[in-house]
Amino acid sequence: MSSVSPTDPPQTSLLRSRIFRLTLIYLCLFSAVVLGLVGFIYWSATASVTRQIDKTIDAEIRGLAEQYRERGTVGLIQVIQQRVGAAGATPGLYLLTDRNLAPLAGNLSRWPDVAPDPDGWVTFPLEFPESEGGGLNFGRGRVFELSGGLYLLVGHDVRERTRIAAMIRETLAWGLLAIIGLSLVGGLLMSRSLLRRIDRVNATSRDIMAGDLSQRVPVTGRGDEFDQLAGNLNAMLDRIERLLAGMKQVSDNIAHDLRSPLTRLRSRLEVTLMERHDEAAYREAIERTIAEADGLLKTFNALLSIARAESGAPRQGFAPVDLAAVVRDVAELYEPLAEERGLTLGLGEIAPLTIVGDRHLLFQGLVNLLDNAIKFSPAGGQIALSLTRSGDRACLAVADGGAGIPEAARAQVRDRFVRLESSRSTPGSGLGLSLVAAVARLHDGVLRLEDNAPGLRAALLLPLGKRSALVESAAAASRAAVRPEQDRPSPDYCGTKPAAGSKPLAGV
Amino acid sequence: METDIERQAPARPALSRPPRDGRRLMRILVVEDDAETARFIAKGLQEAGHVADVVTDGRQGLVRAVGEDYDAAIVDRMLPGLDGLSVVETLRGTGKDLPVLFLSAMGSVEDRVQGLRRGGDDYLTKPFAFSELLARLEVLLRRRGGEGVETVLRTGDLEMDLLARRVKRAGQAIELQPREFRLLEYLMRHAGQVVTRTMLLESVWGYHFDPQTNVIDVHISRLRQKIDRGFEPALLQTVRGTGYVLRVPD
Repeated sequence: MSSVSPTDPPQTSLLRSRIFRLTLIYLCLFSAVVLGLVGFIYWSATASVTRQIDKTIDAEIRGLAEQYRERGTVGLIQVIQQRVGAAGATPGLYLLTDRNLAPLAGNLSRWPDVAPDPDGWVTFPLEFPESEGGGLNFGRGRVFELSGGLYLLVGHDVRERTRIAAMIRETLAWGLLAIIGLSLVGGLLMSRSLLRRIDRVNATSRDIMAGDLSQRVPVTGRGDEFDQLAGNLNAMLDRIERLLAGMKQVSDNIAHDLRSPLTRLRSRLEVTLMERHDEAAYREAIERTIAEADGLLKTFNALLSIARAESGAPRQGFAPVDLAAVVRDVAELYEPLAEERGLTLGLGEIAPLTIVGDRHLLFQGLVNLLDNAIKFSPAGGQIALSLTRSGDRACLAVADGGAGIPEAARAQVRDRFVRLESSRSTPGSGLGLSLVAAVARLHDGVLRLEDNAPGLRAALLLPLGKRSALVESAAAASRAAVRPEQDRPSPDYCGTKPAAGSKPLAGV
Repeated sequence: METDIERQAPARPALSRPPRDGRRLMRILVVEDDAETARFIAKGLQEAGHVADVVTDGRQGLVRAVGEDYDAAIVDRMLPGLDGLSVVETLRGTGKDLPVLFLSAMGSVEDRVQGLRRGGDDYLTKPFAFSELLARLEVLLRRRGGEGVETVLRTGDLEMDLLARRVKRAGQAIELQPREFRLLEYLMRHAGQVVTRTMLLESVWGYHFDPQTNVIDVHISRLRQKIDRGFEPALLQTVRGTGYVLRVPD
């Protein structure tokens, strides 16, 4: 088979198809088995007929020998003549000769030339008279030497056996022909139907290679392996399409969101250059330009971090991370800032959970959530950080009492650069939540944005590994002894509302 | 660039501008293949009162670092001839303990760890602010001064007892939270040097990340409240656009 390339003809040739070849191989094996089986039947049937004939001959010889003993040569001749008379209907052969092998009685014209075997059995050619249909056949008989120096031959012609053998041979031939014919047709039909489905997959692939990524492999709905293959291919295509769309979105957004600050930067420099300034004014213009460039770099760095997290590359450096320590560190780092803004940063339940992940990225993710909460909380508001176990996942939640995010916009804000109109006035690249979502995906988790009524609760749900589950199970057991079952947070809801159960950070 | 080696600071102008704080002149080797970046670094170092030699090829860089007497080296990771990691590894193999700062576009945590493990003393990711580079370089240049032996750190009348974990200013005890203590310790160990916010986040908090807000500023102002309020002069100063410095003002 030649390798598959886009230049291959659109239809796979039937004779070159693997399926058809397999069918042919199967057909050959099957035919050989049938041939062997029928051959055995043929052999055992003819052997059985031969045994039957031999028995009959034996019995007749014994009968004739009895007659000879009782009635002598004359009686024997009489009996033979009687039997020969009746032998028109039976296949019996008889011949009685004197010691010189000259025929005395019987229906054979002369003594056969073939020498008998030690038991007296002999098979000889036999020519039938025209009256009996003519033709050449074989006779089988037994030679017997009588006491008076006479020779007796009793036999059967084997036309019956030949007829059965011919019948079996004929049946075998037709049967084989039918099997081969049916298998060929069946194989062709089967190959064609399989080929058609494979060709559909190939045709779709070629369309996609030609650039139409919206094509999908048709699914018949039979749920067979071809449907599974088609389903998997389609899922793969969906993912690729989403990634491509994401990339396009990113480049569009970069073009859009970075063009304006770059333009601003450029025109500021241009204007500064045109106007005559003293050194202080130049310095100020340059400083503002540097600040703006720093902002741009920040945006680029955020984009890079997202891209890296989404590529999965940081997985190589994954190590056990004490989530409780990360939460405490974040809280400790941000508590003064929250306080300065007149906000209360509280710690809810902090469960001793460990996951395998990237410590710095998890820290960054939590920081971004906290940054958002601080940014959008009104003065006097409360922000609660919590780390709870939710089923087999760790739930890192940041809840605030700010403006929240409207239900419809929640999925949207996880996309890059999406900033709700209401937040346009606050600084930020609009990449914060996208990075958190990317970090969540990197750790096989999800970012969930929920209504905190009022405000927003952002929860990072991260699956706990087996290792951490073991560490946690002991802690859970001891906790269960103290806490009634219904007090456990339900898997759907995690995190703590600032109003309930959180205490302000004291003395950090 | 016409030649691969370019002496950016001839003896003449380097001395025309005395080094900051009256320190001795430092010779720094810059191994960087991007001509523009190299020129910019050399210019900046010159402005800060140092002498910079620029080499654009890894092999050349190694020869210069081994054969000549530099105070520090700034090494790019991706270089023609010999990559930066190998340059530093080989340099360490010769027994030279010249402080090395990696400068690279490869900025993931693993890249940093690799750079530091293979013999780098610090790692800065491109794009970078020159002030950040300078601050880190000066910390490296001073690190040779036998850090970690002291049990008491002093800056002016501010005194930190590392064993008793006590801080006093003008003989008066100052209560600090553990993190404030570590923050002050870092500042005191690098007294007189500019430290950037990223350096503080990395060294005091131990996380490498990008804060959206200037969260460090609040910690600094809290610390300032404790160590500078009611005392003269103010020791903890903000360096605009760069970071902070703890020093006795001139």
